[in-house]
Amino acid sequence: MTSQAASFDEAVATLLTPGGLDLGGLDTGLRHALGPGIDYADLYFQRTWQEGWVLEDGEVKEASYNIDGGVGVRAMAGEKTGFAYSNQINADALAETGRTASGIVRSGATLTQAPRIQVSGEPRYAGIDPLSGLSAEDKVAMLKLADRVARAADPSVSQVSASLSGVYEVVLVSASDGTVAADVRPLVRLNVSVIAVKNGRRERGSAGGGGRYPMARLRDEGVAETYAKEAVRQALVNLEATDAPAGQMPVVLGAGWPGILLHEAVGHGLEGDFNRKGSSAFAGRIGERVASPGVTVVDDGTLMDRRGSMSVDDEGTPSQCTTLIEDGILTGYMQDKLNARLMGMAPTGNARRESFAHMPMPRMTNTYMRAGMDYPQDIIKSVSRGLYAVSFGGGQVDITSGKFVFSASEAYLIEDGRITAPVKGATLIGNGPEAMGQVSMIGHDMELDTGIGVCGKEGQGVPVGVGQPTLKLDELTVGGTQS
Amino acid sequence: MTQAFDARAQQAVLESRAETALELARRLGADACEVGASVDQGTGVSVREGDVESVELSRDQGIAVTVYLGKRKGSASSTDASDASIKSVVEKAIAIASYTGEDPASGLADAELMATELPDLDVHHPWALDTDKAIELALACEAAGLAEPGIRSSDGASLSSGEGVRVYANSHGFLGSQRGSRHSLSCLLIAEDASGMQRDYDYTSARDPRALRDPAEVGRSAAERTLQRLGGQRPQTGRFPVMFDPTLASGLIGHLMSALAGGAIYRDASFLCGRLGETLFPEWFSLAEQPMLVGGMASSPFDGDGVQTRNNRFIEQGRLASYMLSAYSARRLGMQTTANAGGARNLRLEAPLESREALLSKMDRGVLVTELMGQGVNGVTGDYSRGAAGFWVENGQIQHPVEEFTIAGNLAGMFQGLVGLGDDIDTRGSIHSGSWLIDEMTIAGS
Repeated sequence: MTSQAASFDEAVATLLTPGGLDLGGLDTGLRHALGPGIDYADLYFQRTWQEGWVLEDGEVKEASYNIDGGVGVRAMAGEKTGFAYSNQINADALAETGRTASGIVRSGATLTQAPRIQVSGEPRYAGIDPLSGLSAEDKVAMLKLADRVARAADPSVSQVSASLSGVYEVVLVSASDGTVAADVRPLVRLNVSVIAVKNGRRERGSAGGGGRYPMARLRDEGVAETYAKEAVRQALVNLEATDAPAGQMPVVLGAGWPGILLHEAVGHGLEGDFNRKGSSAFAGRIGERVASPGVTVVDDGTLMDRRGSMSVDDEGTPSQCTTLIEDGILTGYMQDKLNARLMGMAPTGNARRESFAHMPMPRMTNTYMRAGMDYPQDIIKSVSRGLYAVSFGGGQVDITSGKFVFSASEAYLIEDGRITAPVKGATLIGNGPEAMGQVSMIGHDMELDTGIGVCGKEGQGVPVGVGQPTLKLDELTVGGTQS
Repeated sequence: MTQAFDARAQQAVLESRAETALELARRLGADACEVGASVDQGTGVSVREGDVESVELSRDQGIAVTVYLGKRKGSASSTDASDASIKSVVEKAIAIASYTGEDPASGLADAELMATELPDLDVHHPWALDTDKAIELALACEAAGLAEPGIRSSDGASLSSGEGVRVYANSHGFLGSQRGSRHSLSCLLIAEDASGMQRDYDYTSARDPRALRDPAEVGRSAAERTLQRLGGQRPQTGRFPVMFDPTLASGLIGHLMSALAGGAIYRDASFLCGRLGETLFPEWFSLAEQPMLVGGMASSPFDGDGVQTRNNRFIEQGRLASYMLSAYSARRLGMQTTANAGGARNLRLEAPLESREALLSKMDRGVLVTELMGQGVNGVTGDYSRGAAGFWVENGQIQHPVEEFTIAGNLAGMFQGLVGLGDDIDTRGSIHSGSWLIDEMTIAGS
């Protein structure tokens, strides 16, 4: 494991040194941002190297490489934030962006910045460049393997596309409260998508995964083969699927990725900004029952090598495991420094931003429900007529009314306690607090997803994880076509 | 807080960067090359509950290079536009191209298709707006909304104003550049009664700031939309006619265009594969693209391949008349490009239009949908199932708000089942459409 000290040295060498800056330069930069009336300022330096390989028709036809970087400067006064950024990292850019950001207020006392304290969280992944360590030939070979496996799996497979991507990201945060922290964040992912055509019907299946580790691990773990087979399996299931039912019925959600339910139904509604502003259906409800007994939901940025994990967040706060709902009772919100301060709470390591060119907000990391006591087979047996959904596309929530949706990409009917026919993807709709009160059985089979989630909020995308055990909701609305 | 932006000077800089990259690629042995470069600058302010919440100044630039070594292709990009960076981007694109496989369809669009008519389409209207004025407009918008009885609070009003330049050049000697601007003002409000909280919003957006709606009017209309939603009930499960509000109808056209994009067709990933020439819509319905509209939201004389854009007709009297193709997807399908690299530009419906009242009366009993949630649209099969909110209609009259239900069907069936189009056209985006009335979909509610 790379030490945090090594990550810090690497961040200084990568981000500051090339533009002629050192740690003293950070103090000068912050002074520009700490204009009259400003009570908090921070500088966020970032550089990313991103690589993408795409296979189609058995050949890698697209390969791309992207380098991005710059510095984002925030200056805050109470609830007000001024923000500016630059693609250049040097003393002039810091002076210009700092003065611009601090223009949000023009009068008041000038704050003295606190002495620098290097914050280092426990490393949650190795601070390495995930792109190196696997040759271009090996990357191409991995995608070609996925193609061969998928095509060999079934004659109805007509198209295979596979993609491999990796990001090497180095960040450094320096804030007027004295915080200075760095993080080196690898992120890789492999995806396989297939089209199967049979008897005039056409269906898609897809699978993928990854995390914060070297690309070579994707090869060593043989995921190209696993995901190729899984994508074909899903497409074949969907080729046999009939129309989904419409109306209210019991719904059983499989373990793992269906945890997107928690992300939409409760996660967003528990982000600090919405609760400070009172715009969330969960606002002011700490200590109240918001879910069935037995339901415990956490947001955990500390999970080793996970897609949603961070050693320190984008404000330099070490990541942590925050219990959001404990045994059905609302216990906490996810916070960044601004919202924590304004609500008189502590930051929870949930400040995240898409890049230096975006302002941080409270965001989820890895959000999951802890395991219960029920056997998955007993959960299925308990349903006389309902839906069993095991894979999903995307979801969305209106945090004010609490209404959420998520769309199944693989689902089955449950009839007389048995899983029967596959049904076409249906959208499920519910109300967050009400749906969590419908949870009546919780499996012992808690699983995290394979590492594919992207969460969008106010136009900013960040990688996240979800997870849950097999779960029964007594009643949810299923949006099929068979009424 | 203002920043100077000289669009003409920036355009010259970008054109010179693009030429530099092309020349470098040629010297380093690329057989062909294309370059995209852009600079965008903007101001965004947001206010909430009568005070400033944030002021954001943005300036983004980027350069993207694609090189061809024979039939192999490699791409690289960066936000660092220094000479040293341009050199490393070109080198990286060439390095990575040597690892890709040969693709017979790969390469630039044919040289004779390059755009030669490059008129000014009047899409650049910078706004000399200082931060104080921007804040004042956003505050006026929010205040008008908050003044409406029943509005509990505001989740903020935002004003954003931006302009930019983009350049596309390739080794055929083509170089096209365009300056553009976009300004918008939006307001998001919250209302509350015994039934709970509801939010809704309204916005105005235009290339020319003079075309923006009055801020107070935007705030009042956001308030009206929010208040109408209070007390929503769940509609009954069953099969009913569904009317899509104009703000959502453009999304249906978007789904159609995604399904007839060349990339989806050659990948076998569209429910419209092999259906060219077939009847998809009623015969009174046609869909045209007008990329050279003066002042249009998506106007451009050249596409993402440098090809001269043209007036396409995708649906002609109900028939699927053309796929939407780039040079690459056209080669894959053995067809000609339709100059749609980068998508469709300014879509317009040609059909008889009816008033909203006439459409509601034609519907008689069903659901008027004003909001959709989630991504439940499968372009491979056309299956459609999305969360919705709107109003219940009886005897052609709006009765009460409805929420927490889904509408489901299949896009092919929905297009065939189109029974009327409204004259209430939403002109804010690049797709202009009024309401759509679909004869029957499945509603899943209580």
